[in-house]
Amino acid sequence: MAQKTPEQINDDLLRPLQATSLKYKLILAFFFAIVVAAGLAFAHQIDYGIGVAGIRRPVFWGFYITNFVFWIGLSHAGTLISAILRLCNATWRRPVTRCAEVITVFALSIGATFPVIHLGRPWLAFWLFPYPSERGIWPNVRSPLLWDFFAINTYLLGSVTFLLLPMIPDFALVRDRAMGFRKKIYSALSLGWTGTPKQWHRLETAMHIMAIAVIPVAVSVHSIVSWDFAMAPVPMWHSTIFAPYFVAGAIFSGIAALIIAMALLRKFLHLEEYLLPIHFENLGKLLLVMSLLWFYFVASERLTAWYGNEPSEMTVLLLTQRGSFSPLFWTMVFCNFLIPFPILAIKKFRTITGCVIASIGVVIGMWLERFLIIVPSLSRKYLPYAWVTAPYRPTWVELTITAGTFAAMVMLYMLFSKFIPIISVWELKAGQHPEAEGAVTGHKLPAGSEAGAD
Amino acid sequence: MARQWGMVIDLDRCTGCEACVVACRAENNIATVGDDQAARGRAIHWLRVERYYEGDFPDVKVKFMPVMCQQCGAAPCEPVCPTFASYHTEEGLNGQIYNRCIGTRYCSNACPYNLRFFNFYNASWDKPLDLQLNPDVSVRGVGVMEKCTFCVQRIKASEIQAEAEKRPLKDGEVRPACVQSCPTRAMVFGDLNDPTSEVARLARSNRATKLLEEVGTLPQVTYLKRDSWNGAENS
Repeated sequence: MAQKTPEQINDDLLRPLQATSLKYKLILAFFFAIVVAAGLAFAHQIDYGIGVAGIRRPVFWGFYITNFVFWIGLSHAGTLISAILRLCNATWRRPVTRCAEVITVFALSIGATFPVIHLGRPWLAFWLFPYPSERGIWPNVRSPLLWDFFAINTYLLGSVTFLLLPMIPDFALVRDRAMGFRKKIYSALSLGWTGTPKQWHRLETAMHIMAIAVIPVAVSVHSIVSWDFAMAPVPMWHSTIFAPYFVAGAIFSGIAALIIAMALLRKFLHLEEYLLPIHFENLGKLLLVMSLLWFYFVASERLTAWYGNEPSEMTVLLLTQRGSFSPLFWTMVFCNFLIPFPILAIKKFRTITGCVIASIGVVIGMWLERFLIIVPSLSRKYLPYAWVTAPYRPTWVELTITAGTFAAMVMLYMLFSKFIPIISVWELKAGQHPEAEGAVTGHKLPAGSEAGAD
Repeated sequence: MARQWGMVIDLDRCTGCEACVVACRAENNIATVGDDQAARGRAIHWLRVERYYEGDFPDVKVKFMPVMCQQCGAAPCEPVCPTFASYHTEEGLNGQIYNRCIGTRYCSNACPYNLRFFNFYNASWDKPLDLQLNPDVSVRGVGVMEKCTFCVQRIKASEIQAEAEKRPLKDGEVRPACVQSCPTRAMVFGDLNDPTSEVARLARSNRATKLLEEVGTLPQVTYLKRDSWNGAENS
């Protein structure tokens, strides 16, 4: 890209924070309305009982847990990818990291609501917290659901920290440009940042520690989510491959979500000069690798089950390969492999549009994958007498809440980009002037030079 | 040594009359969910009689198998419950504490027998069934899991009675509703840790088998069946 002056970068990246169009407000209101509808659906479910959802015996988990795994999976877009790129010192990452980290924080928050939404008695969800109570019992640490509770909270805390740390200099930058009430808020958020060499040094150190710490946490989170299934003696769940399979799938869907988010930001915030084709191409290559890895995992899972020929496993396997779930299964293979593989493997197609098409396929395919892991196994569990009689179908309550979470993601993302520069301003500048990196003095990074907040 | 409650069900005696199913409903205040919900697979029946048909009409054989919670010694439902609503008692039962249950339904997914039932709505009874609720058994509200308890209220009542009379519990004194109502005496209940008890004696029979033994759940329920169940004509 053409070298831009720090002032131009400031103007371009802070523009969304300073002006709000009517179109923005209308779109925001639209998504907000869907979120409200989902809230009402949840209230209806609390009022009448969980029976208003489509779950039944023995398919006790349906759309809610599918969404849970899907959103926790999407959350692997950000923090994990950003941390790896930071540690590898991949310089092209600079405009990408923050949009990625934001996906993590929001997707994780949305995903974490589903274990509460799906409860029979959601008003008692706080019983999962280990706190001294008059009941005199602690939560059961043997339960994978409790591991989930701790893993997700750890990851959320880590991701929020990881997101907030590099925002401090940008908060200071906005603070110096803001007026009145906004100035007060951004002053508080910038934590007295003045841009002294000592502060830069501490920020860099903290970022480095967080980048290293957050990678094992991210891997553990989706391993534990997979163990929600793998720990139960259910055909096709009880498998050793589940933890790495889920982690790979999570990163796969995460990158796809990141590409879609970046393309939308590029279009709506006019960031054509910041989010470049090279970023999409590089992420597209990563997506290609994950697509192959996903295919490898599915093949090894299914091939071993097939050759093992264990009756209860074969029942579920054939139900998805050839039975009533086969249309969904082959759609999944189509979306996760047959669409992205040729698009991303051929350089000519690896354009922004190509990457977005592949990514939309992957997001749909990965949602189906989670559904196909959960529902068929529960429908055909051992004793034929106890197989599901009326197949699981979601009701309007589940559909509304599902739609609401997608709307919530868009809404939160829109609000975030309205209040915080979606591209890390100081990191971009540091990349534009490589000589300034390391020698972190204030003069190249204007946030620091002014306004000593004492 | 603590008692280990167990049951033996003689499939060669079972006629499939379902008296046990009716008795279980009446004893344990099991809610009726209505046609619509039952069609969705939400009916609650702690005890079911599974029917398996063999052969083509008119040469059909029907085989009956009463199945209730197997009270597994290594129960998959227990470790997965985050709130200890599902737990193991000293007397070998899989306890279910309704008040602790928050309704994750994880226990039910883990159960290989699909013998755990969920209250999708608040319980209700068609009239006049509401007049025959058993005061010894709590009714369950919306969002909690329930299952066969081996009629734990009867076990407790007998234990208290025996203690009051300062005597040991006699073999066969505790009889769950299903055992009591079985006209062919296909079901026997008792302490497996007492080698002289009828249930322990029958459990040692060479006709003894367990349901889904390969899953490794160590059920406390033993089924007795002749070879005829496996296809041979005579025994």
